[in-house]
Amino acid sequence: MPELLALTGNEAVAHAMRQINPDVVAVYPITPQTSMMQKFADFKADGLVDCELVLVESEHSAMSATVGSQAAGARSMTATAACGLALMWEILGIASAYRLPIVMPVVNRDLSGPINIQGDHSDTMGARDCGWIHLFSENAQEAYENTIQAIRIAEHHNVLTPAMVCLDGFIISHGVENVTIYDDAAVQKFIGEYNPAYMLLDAAKPMTLGALDFSDFYFEHKVKQLDGINASPQIILDVGKEFKQTFDGEECYDFFELYQMEDAEYAVVSMGSTAATARMVVDELRDKGIKAGALKLRVYRPFPSAEIAQALSKLKGLIVMDRAIAYGGMGGPVNIDIRCAMYGINTTPMTLNYIYGLGGKPIEPEHILSAFDELLYAVKTGKPKRAIGYLNLKEDYDPATV
Amino acid sequence: MAKLKDLALKPERLTGGHRLCPGCGVPHVARLALRCTDDHLVVGASTGCLEVSTTIYPYSAWKCSFIHNAFENVAATVSGVEAAYRALKKRGAVKENFKFIAFGGDGGTYDIGLQSLSGAMERGHNMVYICYDNEAYQNTGNQRSSSTPMGSNTTTTPVGSESYGRVGKRKDLTAIMAAHHIPYVAQAGAHNWKDLSRKFERALEVEGPAFINVLTPCVPGWKYDGKNTINISRLAAETCFWPSYEIDHGKWKLNFFPKEKKPVEEFLKTQGRFRHLFRPESRHVIDLLQQEVDEYWERLLFLCGKSDKAPQAAK
Repeated sequence: MPELLALTGNEAVAHAMRQINPDVVAVYPITPQTSMMQKFADFKADGLVDCELVLVESEHSAMSATVGSQAAGARSMTATAACGLALMWEILGIASAYRLPIVMPVVNRDLSGPINIQGDHSDTMGARDCGWIHLFSENAQEAYENTIQAIRIAEHHNVLTPAMVCLDGFIISHGVENVTIYDDAAVQKFIGEYNPAYMLLDAAKPMTLGALDFSDFYFEHKVKQLDGINASPQIILDVGKEFKQTFDGEECYDFFELYQMEDAEYAVVSMGSTAATARMVVDELRDKGIKAGALKLRVYRPFPSAEIAQALSKLKGLIVMDRAIAYGGMGGPVNIDIRCAMYGINTTPMTLNYIYGLGGKPIEPEHILSAFDELLYAVKTGKPKRAIGYLNLKEDYDPATV
Repeated sequence: MAKLKDLALKPERLTGGHRLCPGCGVPHVARLALRCTDDHLVVGASTGCLEVSTTIYPYSAWKCSFIHNAFENVAATVSGVEAAYRALKKRGAVKENFKFIAFGGDGGTYDIGLQSLSGAMERGHNMVYICYDNEAYQNTGNQRSSSTPMGSNTTTTPVGSESYGRVGKRKDLTAIMAAHHIPYVAQAGAHNWKDLSRKFERALEVEGPAFINVLTPCVPGWKYDGKNTINISRLAAETCFWPSYEIDHGKWKLNFFPKEKKPVEEFLKTQGRFRHLFRPESRHVIDLLQQEVDEYWERLLFLCGKSDKAPQAAK
């Protein structure tokens, strides 16, 4: 029977991992992921999982050991955050190139420096092009459900691509919410057994993995690698549909979730926990007679370009929210992706990009409202005050005065 | 202990046709190690000579399963494979018996892979780590590593008017591994198949992690004629430049005691990388190296119970 429990996001994901019961979990503690692994270690200590828990000496070894165990033929997981993900970076690309369907929750946190342990999206944005699927979660329930679905998506024989499940540091990872934990047996039936076609531990069919690939084949292999992630959109939708039917779930199972978008003239795009705040703002604007809407992006990689372009094409004005800076680029990474997706359609809306929430800086309805104010002005006059803005920033702050 | 004839009859798991240099010290060490168990094997290799020369896509010289992940992480990678084996064996998904060997060069072991190695050994994985120590980053053309001996002419410590080559002492990795108090640690040279195969067999049979550091002369890096690999490795033992010993469950044992300890010069003069040391102005470097070798040897004799003389503090 499903159970309604008061859980933090980290605990909810630990429950997903308990139900998945991977063969191997190799992990290293890092704020704000630590409490997830502590909870999982509790499950192991109480005999509720029988996986091999490998407590490595760094995130680099966590990902390296996970690559080894998944290649050996075992369903394998790890979890990390921030600098830990950065330390794994070299091996992320190896995991995806070896077509190993590793699933890894990432508790989004800013990257040093300066050091700060709060939440933003700079960590996974740095791993954007490593060939992994990126699923973002709005709350603990979604983080739990995304983790279960990610196993099915990553392991699908046409996909065989690793997936990270992103949840906002502290806001989701440490906030307590009501979370429905589905029946263990039903979850286990949903994910099924892991039966790899090739494994190092196949005595009858030894394999060489990780051969030296010179320029006569390397490029061809990198292009073939696209087959997996290119096949994943349909699998993400299929798995989401099946999950919703199986568990009668109420979360987002699509690439993105639309809110009040049918007749919207102005909209805001966001990822993660901020999506809930954005919906509150939309309600407030609707009360004032402004036709506002919101798009919550769940699947960041593969980026659903065509679907996004279609969903946003009728707008007069658009706000793109970014919890990371693409230094030297055009604002934030989501902005760059959205603008690329919109390029070439006839009716590109006035688009403003707002960076927010770096290092855990709060984002409140008033901040998103102020962005809409600027958007309405820009649409009315045809001249935006600024193309890239920073929300809740002490704009007159001078370090020399501290 | 297996006889040479029996070992020779074991199936070849690293086949010919790979592209290691003629005379290289590495492949026969690897082939011998693979012969020292009848179980199935998964082999891992860090980025380096052995890896790049045996797995040039679409070819592989490995008859057993093989994984290369990156430069610094072969120990962590193989530890993951071994954890997977325990998990799959437990639930009956793998029936056969497997053993696990990780190979790394000195660059991938003494330097960039030391943390990964230390972690895997400390965690107690049932695996054997074999360092093929050729005393520099030889795959990329003889750059200095922390295993490079004093005075060696490398491409990053080149000899010049102000330089006699590598300055300072090499790292004592075998002792570092002994400090992990794992079941089995050994040091050996590429020349002695009997000593080597006994150590590989022991490493593969003990329950838990084992580490073996094997000196493997490098033809282009050390600059000698490829036919002399075995002789040079033997001279390293006879001069006590590279003593053969083991630490089995905490007990130190010396495996080779030269009847007559030859001066380190006998080893140095066989290789181009030390040629400059024989100029009169570099004599002091040979003396320093001899002193380093003597101090190490004295300490080893004490640890192995062959001498009551407590080792002096390093000068």
